[in-house]
Amino acid sequence: MPDTPPLLEVEGLRTWFPIRSGLFQRPSRWVRAVDGVDLLLRDGETLALVGESGCGKTTVGRSILRLEEPREGSVRVDGVDLLGLDAAALHPYRRSLQIIFQDPMASLDPRMRVVDAVCEGMRSFGIGDGDAWREKRAEFLLERVRLDVRLLWRYPHELSGGQRQRVCIARALALEPRMIVCDEAVSALDVSIQAQILNLLADLQREDGLAYLFITHDLGVVRHIADRVAVMYLGQIVETAPTEELFANPRHPYTQGLLAAVPSLDPKRRARGVPVLGDVPSPSSPPAGCRFHTRCSEVFARCSQEAPQLKGAGESQLRCFLQDAPPAGRSGGEGPPVSPAHGDEKAAGPAPQRS
Amino acid sequence: MSELLRVRGLTTTFPSEQGPVAVVDSLDLAIAEGEVLALVGESGCGKSMTALSLLRLVPRPGRIAAGEMIFRGRDLLQLTVPEMRGIRGRDIAMIFQEPMTSLNPVVTVGAQVVEAIRLHEPATKREARRRTVEIFERVGIADPEARFAAYPFELSGGLKQRVMIAMALAMRPKLLIADEPTTALDVTIQAQILELLRELQRDLGMAILLISHDFGIVNELADRVLVMYAGQVVEEASRSTILEQARHPYTQGLLASMPSMARPGERLNEIPGVVPPPSDWTAGCRFASRCVRVLNVCADEAPPEVAAGPRAGEIQRVFCHAVAREVADA
Repeated sequence: MPDTPPLLEVEGLRTWFPIRSGLFQRPSRWVRAVDGVDLLLRDGETLALVGESGCGKTTVGRSILRLEEPREGSVRVDGVDLLGLDAAALHPYRRSLQIIFQDPMASLDPRMRVVDAVCEGMRSFGIGDGDAWREKRAEFLLERVRLDVRLLWRYPHELSGGQRQRVCIARALALEPRMIVCDEAVSALDVSIQAQILNLLADLQREDGLAYLFITHDLGVVRHIADRVAVMYLGQIVETAPTEELFANPRHPYTQGLLAAVPSLDPKRRARGVPVLGDVPSPSSPPAGCRFHTRCSEVFARCSQEAPQLKGAGESQLRCFLQDAPPAGRSGGEGPPVSPAHGDEKAAGPAPQRS
Repeated sequence: MSELLRVRGLTTTFPSEQGPVAVVDSLDLAIAEGEVLALVGESGCGKSMTALSLLRLVPRPGRIAAGEMIFRGRDLLQLTVPEMRGIRGRDIAMIFQEPMTSLNPVVTVGAQVVEAIRLHEPATKREARRRTVEIFERVGIADPEARFAAYPFELSGGLKQRVMIAMALAMRPKLLIADEPTTALDVTIQAQILELLRELQRDLGMAILLISHDFGIVNELADRVLVMYAGQVVEEASRSTILEQARHPYTQGLLASMPSMARPGERLNEIPGVVPPPSDWTAGCRFASRCVRVLNVCADEAPPEVAAGPRAGEIQRVFCHAVAREVADA
């Protein structure tokens, strides 16, 4: 472990939602949206959290910002556990951790002009000296996100989807955050606009050393933007690895299936059948044993009886029995390699940006 | 393959303060029996309005102002309203992006398919029910008898889309219009639905008009591709030609802005700006304001059609001044 604590360290995070029933509305069951998640994010780094809808990735992002109250675990920022803090002590951390959402229209107040939306956070954190100063700064921020400054005096409905997302980014930047949670932030945009926003996010990261927790289901975007990837399934991380390694050598059958399901752009490659069968089971009653065993193509007896642990050293971890030993009756060479740590190459920090 | 649908000069207009604007502007397209034609472009380029025009379901105050749509020898625009109603669902069916908004939330999914069947045929309830269960099985709905009595909210997104497909297939249409059929689904479920559409198209010999903004899906399913921009066709070619040898700067720009086309960490290609609103469309090339290869002539003069077939016998149509010049110089 390095001497200075990482920007963000999540350990054993559990966020459950009650299903209430009966006369007294007691929780009768729990939806285990997040069920024991560990994450690590350093300054200037991009970590992608991927998985199907309902896997809990959004709840992880919201729990880190304490927009949901986790029931267990820790979320340490610079070594301080946010989950133990009261509202006053949490306040400064709310400034350094920002979030942008999929639908910018839903996160902007339709009756607020752009200038008010961008200045709102500065005002509530007491940044700057007077409204005139903040307006000047809002102008500068709009330029940073490459918007015409005249748009400051417009309302959200007068802007396009891409412009609105830029306003949300400007509003987050106004508070000089160290980390931004991007929750499907480019998923609703056309591919040409998506490229504009992704380039903008990359520029801001290079200039400000921002860290991103990039929550998305789009693996094309992940491959492009992330330094490391964590794959989630039914509330748990099933595999985590540096991006290039994960795409070159996915080890978990779920990761393999997700990657195989991405349509290719190569006209010579198509029609590869169905890589992952069926739907995600309900998180209120996850399957016993390995949660993926009901859909897994490599399932064997042990998978339904025992829950695999997340194992591995350094940057690459895997939650799958195939890494221990291939089941009897399988040829030994067929399973993923039982590899020791190969994480240290990238442990020094984020890869230098090519430009 | 014989021709199933030929559209010529289709123009769909909406009134505006400056007079009617053509959101679909003099569109030509043809689909052969059993063929998959993809319609590609950004939002606001007129893809969905083209699909609705084909079914004569343009929402008011829009209207089809000109053109002809010859479907199996008959012009759909000349049909009476009851005749057109007979075509919809029976010969041409449509599935939408968001299955939840297309299904009635208070009727079981089985009953909705039964209703669709009995609308077009004098089948008994029993007979229609038997066929519904059969179709459910065909589209890969596990335990079809039990699902028959399920309400839409009880089904996952993938299952709801399968129900929509079952309903569309109930009458064995000749043409299925699929408007972003997998956009709301996860990649794993998307792969399942694409595989299903592929199978059905192969087994039933059904033609598909696939509307999508995703070239990956187009590659998975389409035979031929039509790229639209601001209400007009800008390029048409076979799937492999579009993906490997696109000529129009817009098609090239769209392809290059896909994250999987760039190397990790590399800057993505951007198409600057956004699709202009219909009120700003000019007589010149509508892409001119965002085009990297714009010429003086582009602002005022409509781009010419250039035949740029890369292989003998293959049609590649490109509407572009710059490409016209290239071809002339070559």
